[in-house]
Amino acid sequence: MSNLAIRVNDLGKQYRIGIAPERYRTLRDSLVNIVTWPIQRIRRGLAPSGEDQLDTIWALRDVTFNVEQGRVLGVIGRNGAGKSTLLKVLSRVTEPTEGEVEIRGRVGSLLEVGTGFHPELTGRENIYLNGAVLGMKRAEIDGKFDEIVDFSGVEKFIDTPVKRYSSGMYLRLAFAVAAHLEPEILVVDEVLAVGDAEFQRKCLGKMSDVAQEGRTVLFVSHDMSAILRLTEEAIVLDKGQLVYRAPTAEAVDYYMMSGFSEAGERHWDADEVPPSSAPFRPIALRVCNAKGDHVDVVRSTEEINLEVEYQLDEPIQGLRVGLYLMSARGEYVLTSFDTDEPDQYDQFGVRPSGHFVSKCTIPPDLLNEGRYTVGMNASSFRVKRYFMDERALTFTVDGMGAPGKQWSETRMGLVRPRLTWRIEMLG
Amino acid sequence: MAETSLVTQPTPETIILRPSRGWSALNLKDLWRYRELIFFLTWRDIKVRYKQTVLGVAWAVIRPVVTMIVYSLIFGQLASLDSEGVPYTIFTYVALLPWQLFSKAISDTGRSMVSNRNMITKIYFPRLVIPISTVLSGLVDFFIAFVILIGMMVYYDIPLTSAIWTFPLFLLLTLVSALGVGLWFSSLNVLYRDVGYMLPFLTETWKYLTPVAYSSQYITGTWKLIYSLNPMAGVVQGFRWALLGIELDPSAPLTMSISVGIALVVLISGLFYFRRMERTFADMV
Repeated sequence: MSNLAIRVNDLGKQYRIGIAPERYRTLRDSLVNIVTWPIQRIRRGLAPSGEDQLDTIWALRDVTFNVEQGRVLGVIGRNGAGKSTLLKVLSRVTEPTEGEVEIRGRVGSLLEVGTGFHPELTGRENIYLNGAVLGMKRAEIDGKFDEIVDFSGVEKFIDTPVKRYSSGMYLRLAFAVAAHLEPEILVVDEVLAVGDAEFQRKCLGKMSDVAQEGRTVLFVSHDMSAILRLTEEAIVLDKGQLVYRAPTAEAVDYYMMSGFSEAGERHWDADEVPPSSAPFRPIALRVCNAKGDHVDVVRSTEEINLEVEYQLDEPIQGLRVGLYLMSARGEYVLTSFDTDEPDQYDQFGVRPSGHFVSKCTIPPDLLNEGRYTVGMNASSFRVKRYFMDERALTFTVDGMGAPGKQWSETRMGLVRPRLTWRIEMLG
Repeated sequence: MAETSLVTQPTPETIILRPSRGWSALNLKDLWRYRELIFFLTWRDIKVRYKQTVLGVAWAVIRPVVTMIVYSLIFGQLASLDSEGVPYTIFTYVALLPWQLFSKAISDTGRSMVSNRNMITKIYFPRLVIPISTVLSGLVDFFIAFVILIGMMVYYDIPLTSAIWTFPLFLLLTLVSALGVGLWFSSLNVLYRDVGYMLPFLTETWKYLTPVAYSSQYITGTWKLIYSLNPMAGVVQGFRWALLGIELDPSAPLTMSISVGIALVVLISGLFYFRRMERTFADMV
C-alpha cells in the first residue's frame, strides 16, 4: 500500500435496531429460543436469515477510501450519517460487519476526552491512568508530565481529586493528556465542541501542530470552520455511505447545500419531530423577500423576512422561539428570539396553546453576499429545550446593488452594512 | 484467517481489521503490550476502593475477622465441628482468606465489563486487561488480612513445616480459578444481566461446597472425587496444609490433580469464550 496510512475497502457495519427492548437478553429468552428455534427455522423455510435483516440497520455500507500518510482528512455528515461508527471501526472499538480496513501505524483515538478518568483520583493520578488507557507507556507519560500539566493550566490543583474540579478544568486536563499522544494516526471525534473559546483555540492550535508533524489525522466535527481550518480534504457521509470526497472547501459547500433546501421553505413532517418536543410542534420555517414570497435567493439590499410557524398543544411558560443564522462556513452570524424585547417578554409570559407564527425582519444592507443557514430553537430558558434544528434551511444572499459592487471582488466579512464615509481634504 | 488479526510487517506495523467469525486466537502478544494498563487499572481499583470510608483499609481485616468470630461461635462452639488438631478460629480463618479473595474476585470480575462500559465503548485495548486487573486488585486485601493470620500463627504457636513452600502455588491456584470463573461471568454478563442477580446467590452456595467452615475430612468415599471438582476445595486443603501443617488426605494427589485440572480447563475455556465474545462487547454492553 505504498504510502497509504489507511485503506478502507467496502466497509460495512450493521447494527441491530429495536435494540432498546431487546438489549438485555435474558437467559430465559435464550432457553426459549433454543427450544423454538428449530420450529421457526422450519417455518421460515429456505429463505435464510431473510427475517433477520428486517431488524438491522447498516450504519455504514460500501465505504471505500484511502488516506495517504501525513494527510488530514475531515469527515462531515449529519447526525446518524455514520461518522462515529466509522471512527469506532478505525479505532478498533468495534468490528466491521463486512469489508476490510488496513491501517499502517499506531492509531490513537480520541472519541471522547477523559475516558477512564476516575473522579476519586487526583489530577496527577488521572494523567497516568488516562495515559495508560490511551496506550502510552509509563516512561512516555513521565517524560511528558510537565508539558501536560502546563498545557492544561491546572497545576495548582494537580493533587486534588478531579471530582472537585470544575467541568472546564476537568476537560482541559483530559484534553491535555490526549493531545500529548503521539500515534502515527490520530482519529478525533468532536472533542473540541466543548470548553471555552480560549481553550478551543489552544486545542485547534495543538491539532494543527500534530498535522504539521506529518501524522495522519481523521477529524470529525460539526464545526465547519474548524474543518476548514484543519483539513485539506474531506469526505461527506450520508446514511452510511460515502457520497462526496473533495478538497475541504468544496466538500463543505456540498454538505451545506445538499439535502435540506426546498426553495425558501422547510416543512417538518410529524415523523421528523421527536416526541420530546411536545407540546411544541414545529410546522415550517420560511425565508421571504420584501414582497412576502418565500424564496431561495434574497437581495442584500432588501429586507429579509424569516418566519417560524408552529403549533402549541398546551400552554408553555416562558417559551421563546428563535433563530440562528450561520454562514456557509459554520460561523454564527446572529442568534435572536421572539421574546427578546422586554415588552414582548412580559406579554408572552405564558404562551397559550394554539397555532402561531413568529416573524422577524433582517434589515436591508446587513448581510454580505453568500450562502446562509438558518437554524431554529424553541425553548424555555433553563427549563427545557423543546425543539432545535441547527440546519433547518439555507438561502442565498445576492449582493446586487450592495455597497462596493462596482468592484467585482469578494468582500471579506459576514456583514455588508452601508456605512457613511466622509472624505475630507486636509491640505 | 477469519479474525481481527495483527499482521506484523516490517515497520511501520500494519493492522488489518476484518469481520471475524468463530473462535479467535488468544492474542497474548497484544495483552503483553498492554501490561502497563493492567498495572494501572489494578492500582486504580486499589486506590479507589476505600476512598470516602471512615475505616478505610481496616475493612480488609474486618470482613474475614468478623466472619471468623461468627463461624467460631456457631460451628466451633455450638456445633463443635472437628478442626483437625488446631484451634477452630485459625482453622477457619486460614480458609476464609483464599475464599474471600476468590468470591470477591468472581463477583467483581462478573460486573467488570459492564462497570467499565465507558472505556470499552470508546477506546481499544485488549479487553482481557479488565478482568485480569480486577482479580489482581483483590490481592492487596488478601495480604493485609494475611498479616492477622501471621499474628494468630505466632499466638497459637503453630510450627512452620516444609510445606510452606507450596503456599504460593495454592495462592496461584486461587487466582487461576477466580480468573477462569470470572471470565465466564464477565462475558455472560454483557449479554445476560441475569448474571448480576445470580452471583451473590452462587457465591453463597459455593461457599458451603467448599470446606471453609468445616473440615474436608467429613467428606468420604467416592464423594471425595466429586467434591474435588470444586477447585476451591483443593485450595482450602492446600492452604491448611501449607500454613498450618494439617496432614493431607492419602487421596490428595488425585483430588488435587482434579482440582488443578478443572481450574485450568475453566481458565482456558473462559479465555477463549471471552475472546469470542469480545468483538461484540462494545456493541452490546
